[in-house]
Amino acid sequence: MTIQHQHRRVEASGPTSPARLRAAARLSTIGRVAFLLPVVAFVVIFLLVPVVRSLILSMQDWTMRSFVTGEAPFIGFDNYARVFSDPAFTRVAWQTTVFTVVSLLVQYVIGLALAIFFSRRFPLSMLLRSLMLIPWLLPIVVSATTWRWMFHQDYGVINARLFDGTDIGWLSTPELSLWSVIIANIWLGIPFNLVMLYGGLQSIPDSVYEAAAIDGAGPWRIFTSITFPLLRPVSTVTLLLGLVYTLKAFDIIWVMSRGGPVNSSHTLSTWSYQFAFETERALGVGSAVATILFFIAVVFGFFYMWTLRREARQ
Amino acid sequence: MRRRRFRTLVNTVIGLFLTAVMLFPLYWMINVSLTPSHELLSTNPPLFPQDPTFDGYRSALSQQLPSLATSITIGIGTAFFAMLIAIPAAYAMSKLRVRGSEPIMVVLLVAQLLPAVVLTMALFALYARVGLINTYPGLIFANATAAIPLSVIVLRAFMNRIPDELLEAARVDGAGKLRMLHAIVIPLSRNAIITASLLSFLIAWADFIFARSLTSGNEIVPFTLALFRFIGADTTNWNGVMATAVIASVPAILLLTVAQRYIAGGITAGSLKD
Repeated sequence: MTIQHQHRRVEASGPTSPARLRAAARLSTIGRVAFLLPVVAFVVIFLLVPVVRSLILSMQDWTMRSFVTGEAPFIGFDNYARVFSDPAFTRVAWQTTVFTVVSLLVQYVIGLALAIFFSRRFPLSMLLRSLMLIPWLLPIVVSATTWRWMFHQDYGVINARLFDGTDIGWLSTPELSLWSVIIANIWLGIPFNLVMLYGGLQSIPDSVYEAAAIDGAGPWRIFTSITFPLLRPVSTVTLLLGLVYTLKAFDIIWVMSRGGPVNSSHTLSTWSYQFAFETERALGVGSAVATILFFIAVVFGFFYMWTLRREARQ
Repeated sequence: MRRRRFRTLVNTVIGLFLTAVMLFPLYWMINVSLTPSHELLSTNPPLFPQDPTFDGYRSALSQQLPSLATSITIGIGTAFFAMLIAIPAAYAMSKLRVRGSEPIMVVLLVAQLLPAVVLTMALFALYARVGLINTYPGLIFANATAAIPLSVIVLRAFMNRIPDELLEAARVDGAGKLRMLHAIVIPLSRNAIITASLLSFLIAWADFIFARSLTSGNEIVPFTLALFRFIGADTTNWNGVMATAVIASVPAILLLTVAQRYIAGGITAGSLKD
């Protein structure tokens, strides 16, 4: 940094004429911008245009016919009206809330407990902690397929070993399907919480703990008045990111239950997909639901960005 | 002293137990893949393969090889394309300090939060117009929407640690910006580039929603889609299904062992600070 500054100053006071310098500077700016152009082009074509397209789509009557003819009449907010008046809407909105909140809290609590446990020094702790991350790296379709088979009513290991062979229809009973999907999703999210919170714990200096121990604080007291408060910034980021990831969740639900039976395990994410690609091929209605989801994600997304900034400043 | 050793031993035992519980689904996947089909269709499935069979793997390899090849093609394509765009971008942001880097970075961070269903529908409508449905490039671009933001974040965080003095020295020697990238930044960022490529590959490898929505028929069927169709058909060939799942997990496990040091850091780099 300093060298570059000095260098610039030397250039500025050099014998070259100001006009030539400015021209050279302009050329160098163009040269630098050229490296950024591909990513800008990609962001515009494959992220900004699709977001705008999806907003427009949510106000169009887009059906399979549009796929062929390319015509999709503009219908204003009719798709949204249809979504809000759909009898399943409140149900799906409630399920989305339950799915998100329960997944998030349980993942966090288990992740934190594991992070604290693995902060202790004992043989194999490093190895075991990294093995815990495997579920994170597996394709979700693979994990979902495995959970689906484990939850199988007749041949699943969960019924056979944990429920004494009772044939509980985990994925075929409307009262249970959402909870089955939540259990699998919690499992998926634990590694992320573990990594984030473990990282946070490592950044708390040992001296703080030592001081507390000298003052005679017990383990619970240390947790409530040191670990947890000092971990708060990391916890906030973990929960906010986890929240957005959970809202987005699609594969796990779709592979395990397709949102069924009778809409009982749909979230806004899978429900929108069902409108767009399954029953009706109504891309417009699907986009309306997706847009609602998008705005919820954006609100929390900005919250997340704001937290990051505030932390960076501190 | 002895008491302390005992306590660490207890911790190891607890740790082993917790890991075993956490990894049980993985164990179950492997167990089922090795168990004969008829034993699986029982209300009391065996906890370990008593007479292991490779039938599942045989049927997986005879049926799923094309879909694994398809996934590999899309994965390599995505990794390559993502690097092509992300390396110069990270270089411009980190080392050339191009103005406008900040807002682009914010867009990339926000892009990671974008629900895939939103993108899928929009891309479907857009692809239908330009003929990208059912094409490899179509899927590679779609996967790159996730791979590029992550790659830029990982690469930029790494390049920030390369001392400016190195580049300055090269500049004094008359090296241009392209040459500095080629001769200094890329070789020094090798590990980060490997990590970002692997993560990009893994994103495409694991993709399900784009494959399911932006393709139709049997032309392009990545293994995730094949697996989904497999179980959708209410198959009785569950050891074949699980053998496919095991094979599909191999890249992830390899990744964990090869690039373990970088991955966790890479994924959390963007989320915490850079």
